[in-house]
Amino acid sequence: MATVELKGVRKVYGGSVEAVKGVDISIADKAMCVLVGPSGCGKSTLLRMIAGLESITHGTIDIDGRVVNEVGPAERDIAMVFQNYALYPHMKVYDNMAYGLRNRGMKKDEIDARVKRAAETLELSALLDRRPRELSGGQRQRVAMGRAIVRNPKVFLFDEPLSNLDAKLRGQMRVEIKNLQRSLEVTSVYVTHDQLEAMTLADQLVVMNGGLVEQVGKPLDIYEKPASTFVASFIGAPPMNLLGGNGGKTGAPLTVADLSDLGVSVPPGTTTLGIRPEDIEQGDYAGEGLKTQLTVEAVEPVGAESFLHGKAGTHRLVVRVPGRSIAEPGAVLPIFAPRAKLHFFDANGKRVEG
Amino acid sequence: MSPRVTFPNKFLPYLLVAPQLAITLVFFYWPASQAIYQSTLREDPFGLDSAFVGLDNFRRVLSDPNYLNSIQVTVIFSVATAVLAMAVAMFLAVMADKVIRGKGFYRTLMIWPYAVAPAIAGMLWLFMFNPSMGTFAYMLRSAGIYWDPLLNGPQAMLLVIVAAAWKQISYNFLFFVAGLQAIPKTLVEAAAIDGAGETKRFWTIIFPLLAPTTFFLLVINTTYAFFDTFGIIHAVTGGGPGKATETLVYKVYNDGFVNLILGESAAQSVILMVIVIALTAVQFRYVEKKVHYG
Repeated sequence: MATVELKGVRKVYGGSVEAVKGVDISIADKAMCVLVGPSGCGKSTLLRMIAGLESITHGTIDIDGRVVNEVGPAERDIAMVFQNYALYPHMKVYDNMAYGLRNRGMKKDEIDARVKRAAETLELSALLDRRPRELSGGQRQRVAMGRAIVRNPKVFLFDEPLSNLDAKLRGQMRVEIKNLQRSLEVTSVYVTHDQLEAMTLADQLVVMNGGLVEQVGKPLDIYEKPASTFVASFIGAPPMNLLGGNGGKTGAPLTVADLSDLGVSVPPGTTTLGIRPEDIEQGDYAGEGLKTQLTVEAVEPVGAESFLHGKAGTHRLVVRVPGRSIAEPGAVLPIFAPRAKLHFFDANGKRVEG
Repeated sequence: MSPRVTFPNKFLPYLLVAPQLAITLVFFYWPASQAIYQSTLREDPFGLDSAFVGLDNFRRVLSDPNYLNSIQVTVIFSVATAVLAMAVAMFLAVMADKVIRGKGFYRTLMIWPYAVAPAIAGMLWLFMFNPSMGTFAYMLRSAGIYWDPLLNGPQAMLLVIVAAAWKQISYNFLFFVAGLQAIPKTLVEAAAIDGAGETKRFWTIIFPLLAPTTFFLLVINTTYAFFDTFGIIHAVTGGGPGKATETLVYKVYNDGFVNLILGESAAQSVILMVIVIALTAVQFRYVEKKVHYG
């Protein structure tokens, strides 16, 4: 129903602290855009700026072709789901959902119809007479969602909506949010620090760091071609192995000695070599690629897969093996990774193709 | 029910509450029982002898037009003082909540009047509004208002109400500020996104969520207006002009310690006690039902 365009958006607090340092994002109609990054990267600030809860220091935010810099939160036609749900504790579930409609002077039967419909969608019909404190975390989360969908807004904003739930519920709600967003076809911006949530929910993934956008793209594209060492280490669990020169420290150029440990050639300018744990295989390899010996130091069985932590020469490595691992700490295994699966980064941490 | 922690020692709990009990016994139950006893006696004019008269003192007090006047004065005074003190304090607290720079300084200044003793507060207001030398009295007169609280009953009432409320505003302010801080900021933001303007947000979100604080302050302010304002009334009007500001507690003092009608004075304080107990009970029984505790 709407597009969202951010152009050169910056946020400066108190004249000196720069929380958002110039962000350009273009979100397509009906898309789910996920902003992901570590805490303090400016993703929540950016979301609050889209909501109109924070002023915009520089740049413009455009919702559905209209610049909203000077428009109040109520007139932006957005709905927000807060991390702590922000349900009105003194109102029943019904009134929590109807509040925004009443404030807009909607007719009673129309409000009733909309609230009932939303309650049905979210399986809240039996809870409409309860107060928020009588609900479980998951139910509160649904009410917060209900409050957003009854308004039928142009854009949904989610501020880490699942971080107060336990792991099992989080997985379940994640799927529900995704389905709901798909069926309602409402453009959404979703903020999270959880890379799993980010990967599974996003149509468009925005990785942020230190107030800047590191990379924008489809989740799997970002996973397969991270634009920087930051993205490489942030997306994926366990994170990508980053091997640098100078005894494993990233930043220093990879030397002949380092590379002879790894048995691989790299494009010029490369200081860091990246390999995903699942791209490393055991055995001997005839083709071109990384070929080395792993000395296993620790084994982490997770069930469906196991992770081997160990050393190849001076470099630390994590290797994923499917199922149970037969390797014991102290074992030395031949490992390899095809060259096509390797990632190369320069001294600034930027991706180098090659 | 979570399992309760129990201590085997039977004696220790009583020892721990003993100091509190002792204070309540000595300063409340003993004087209260003395008042009840005294209210059934009548002293002779020289205070040499007293006779048991049963409920006769109560009968006399309740049929005394001056006493009925005093009840009316008290109702007007207490309601006006409590409402004024709470409304102004809430307004200031809501405004102070918006202050960003110098918040602490601003709040500290707001709290200072509470440190002023009632009698001093009364004197302050008396001087400011004294018809012959008060600065504000002069300004009022230049504005064309005939200001004379020494002769004009309603004006005297207004003066004591404002003085009494002024002193209590600081206290209320402090609680309202704390109450406001306990309201999550995201609730207000959610309401803003839900299309509620500032006034609407106040009445539909902030005011209901402040209800526990407001209720607590209602009980405290009523008790304050009934009892603790004695010093202010004594300093400003002395109950005058012509009993226009003689509240129940002031009349107890006046009849008992000035006019030395001890029996009737004691009867009055017993009635006063019953009124306050009843009022507090009503507040807890009915008003508290409407209060939502988060």
